[in-house]
Amino acid sequence: MSDGALTKADLAEKLYHELGLNKREAKELVELFFEEIRHALESNEPVKLSGFGNFDLRDKSQRPGRNPKTGEEIPISARRVVTFRPGQKLKARVEAYAGTESQ
Amino acid sequence: MTKSELIEYIAEKQDHLPVKDIELAVKLILEHMSDVLATGGRIEIRGFGSFSLHYRAPRMGRNPKTGATVELPGKHVPHFKPGKEMRDRVNESLKS
Repeated sequence: MSDGALTKADLAEKLYHELGLNKREAKELVELFFEEIRHALESNEPVKLSGFGNFDLRDKSQRPGRNPKTGEEIPISARRVVTFRPGQKLKARVEAYAGTESQ
Repeated sequence: MTKSELIEYIAEKQDHLPVKDIELAVKLILEHMSDVLATGGRIEIRGFGSFSLHYRAPRMGRNPKTGATVELPGKHVPHFKPGKEMRDRVNESLKS
């Protein structure tokens, strides 16, 4: 990988090189991978990928908010959000990364 | 949904690859994503979200058993920020 962020195209490239899938199959598989995870989450079903992490859902109730520009009070509506909890293995690997503290 | 269910659902959505290949592909995708994060990289999947590292500064902690203070070194933790399509689709499910 170069200095940019990893994208779906990079993942498809990886499948093409390492598994010998053709480019169309590789691209489709990467699409399906993320689409199936999104589909589970929008069906309110958490996703548990052992070794990597869990995507969980949390329901937040309405709370008071403010327009930061005008100071006007506007309620922030109730919503459902996705949270990611990294698994032990990923956490341990990332913890060992001793690079700069930017990002 | 677990990893094996994810593999199964992907297999049902397409008809040319054997399940074994899909299993290898799913594992490779997750492994590669982990490798990128473990070397300080970022992941950006449009419509899904982005993964990056957040830095946690060193701090003093305590051994809960002995009460002794211990210096905890700084570390990085993985962070996920859901993308717009993900946020909208998940939030939409609250209304149904």
